[in-house]
Amino acid sequence: MLGLYLHRDSAIHRLPAGVKMGGLLLLTLVVLALPGGWGALAAGLAGAGVLVAAKLPAGRVLRELRSPVVMLTLLFGFQALLAGTGWEDTAIAVARFAALILLATLVTLTTRVMDMVELFERLFARLRPLGVNPAKMALMLALTIRFIPLLGDQVREVRMAQRARGVERNIAALFVPLLVKILTMADDLTAALEARGYDPADPGPEPGPHR
Amino acid sequence: MLSTRDLVLCALFAALLGGLGMAPPIPLGFLPVPVTAQTLGVMLAGTILGAKRGGLAALLFVLLVAAGLPLLAGGRGGIGVLMGPTGGFVLSWPLGAFVTGWLAERFATGANPLRLFAVSVAGGILMVYACGIPWLSLVAGLSLEKAAFGTLAFVPGDLIKAGVAAFAASAVRRAGVLPIHA
Amino acid sequence: MRAARNLIPGTPRPNPLRTFRAQQNRNAKAPLPSMIELRSVTHAYGDRPVLHDLSLRLTERRIAILGGNGSGKSTFARLLNGLIVPTAGSVAVDGLDTRRDGRAVRQRVGFVFQNPDTQIVYPTVEEDLAFGLRARRLPKDEIARRVSAALERYGLDRYRHQPAHQMSGGEKQLLAIAGVLVLEPAHVVFDEPTTLLDLRNRRKVIELLRGLPQTVIVVTHDLDMVKDFDRALVLEDGRIVADGPPADAVPAYVARLG
Repeated sequence: MLGLYLHRDSAIHRLPAGVKMGGLLLLTLVVLALPGGWGALAAGLAGAGVLVAAKLPAGRVLRELRSPVVMLTLLFGFQALLAGTGWEDTAIAVARFAALILLATLVTLTTRVMDMVELFERLFARLRPLGVNPAKMALMLALTIRFIPLLGDQVREVRMAQRARGVERNIAALFVPLLVKILTMADDLTAALEARGYDPADPGPEPGPHR
Repeated sequence: MLSTRDLVLCALFAALLGGLGMAPPIPLGFLPVPVTAQTLGVMLAGTILGAKRGGLAALLFVLLVAAGLPLLAGGRGGIGVLMGPTGGFVLSWPLGAFVTGWLAERFATGANPLRLFAVSVAGGILMVYACGIPWLSLVAGLSLEKAAFGTLAFVPGDLIKAGVAAFAASAVRRAGVLPIHA
Repeated sequence: MRAARNLIPGTPRPNPLRTFRAQQNRNAKAPLPSMIELRSVTHAYGDRPVLHDLSLRLTERRIAILGGNGSGKSTFARLLNGLIVPTAGSVAVDGLDTRRDGRAVRQRVGFVFQNPDTQIVYPTVEEDLAFGLRARRLPKDEIARRVSAALERYGLDRYRHQPAHQMSGGEKQLLAIAGVLVLEPAHVVFDEPTTLLDLRNRRKVIELLRGLPQTVIVVTHDLDMVKDFDRALVLEDGRIVADGPPADAVPAYVARLG
């Protein structure tokens, strides 16, 4: 599971996921707190700095940004045309978020999916007092990652079968067999987990799920 | 307490949301935007798994998107997308599935497709829009009304999805494969 | 995930309790009173009866369960490790009752299912092998040792960090079997292990079964596979209709099919 991660040998890539996410959160708060266009400028500069330091190709990063930027620009143009007045505020809002989206995209491009998942698992462990079971969350995340490609295949398979029968555009005909398949898979998978000694009542070793 | 089967069901429905994102969107001739079936998955998670497990399934999915898996339609993913103009619509899925499930556990426990449709609309459309529109308005610097206006194009598609979700959930309920309080 | 990464370096940090458990597990392998016993077992799903009053002692090393679809053989297999407890009667594995000591029974009886896709639960091969060991709370270095040994023994070493999704059907079944054998059970039940495999992979699995030191019970349609077994049971409508060496039981089964 490589995800959107783009490997480069850089200090930014080597930073722990927690540091990058914490930094992103902090910068977001700062940018939103700063008045006027200063926030956008600060975030934009930070983003450009990270982009260079992470040795990422600008083209690829911009491609990731294309769809939100196009959408923001369209909305902005629409707004400016209709409203006429006060479009400066909109421009600033758009610039702010464009810069923040750049930063967030950079975090995603420089952090392995598994490192992020591990970060989430550590956060779940902190939420234990709230009744969150970190071992169960970790198992569910792992199961989900394991089964995404399989269900992607199932969706394609069922669609192919429907196309063969000429009911391609009937999405209802896609979902019923898919759900039945999932529910039978759930039975088998439950039995397989328990056959291998998994016991949901077991609270899991302290403190993290895998230690 | 979540049983092994609950964990498995949550993971499988989260994976279903991911699998639906990998499949190309389904074109429906009369609609301007192609229908991605993912919000349909959100409604189904709610109606079939109920509030807690359905919400958890959608939460797992959103976490994996945030972790950088390209699971949203068109191979998008990452925190950037979640922070972008349409991010609120995705971030609200756990809540949407939860609300759908919560309502389904109270008002649509049978196989009545109309009731299932109503709870899917309430959780999968109203709840999702109620989070997505303010987010869009914030990110794009639009007024709420304008942001709401901009999302109108998606309403017909979403209504169709709620219809399909109701139909499919009803079929599964009638088959008795999985009662909601299993 | 973190599990897999932590597995590799394996700095030994012995925890006395865990070491004790690990030793207990190792002892579980020792051939004590190796026997599975069914006493007047009846099982029904709701009001649909599946098995009728079966009483059996399974002591042989290689046992085949034959029977058509709906004969109750899958239910029979699942009774043996306590995945299902009978509606009436009892099942005991090496003296442990499946109803009372379900967990201990599952530690002694490994179970391999027909479809590897629903048995492999972790995204990568190494993590999946570690899953059952972690559920059993073995110490980290013990897990790492057993996972490495299994990777080598079952020829999965080159897939160690690979997503299970990218493996072929045969390799997946091999991984599923390895995931069970790594737990070192005293008995292994296989539910149609070769049904979804091609000829070459089927041969591989049969070869693997032949070499196992454990008691092996196989539910199958694959008559060829069981011909050198010690005993074959034929189930029909939840009753045993033939029981004996495969040389006798298999022809009886084939005759009934006709």
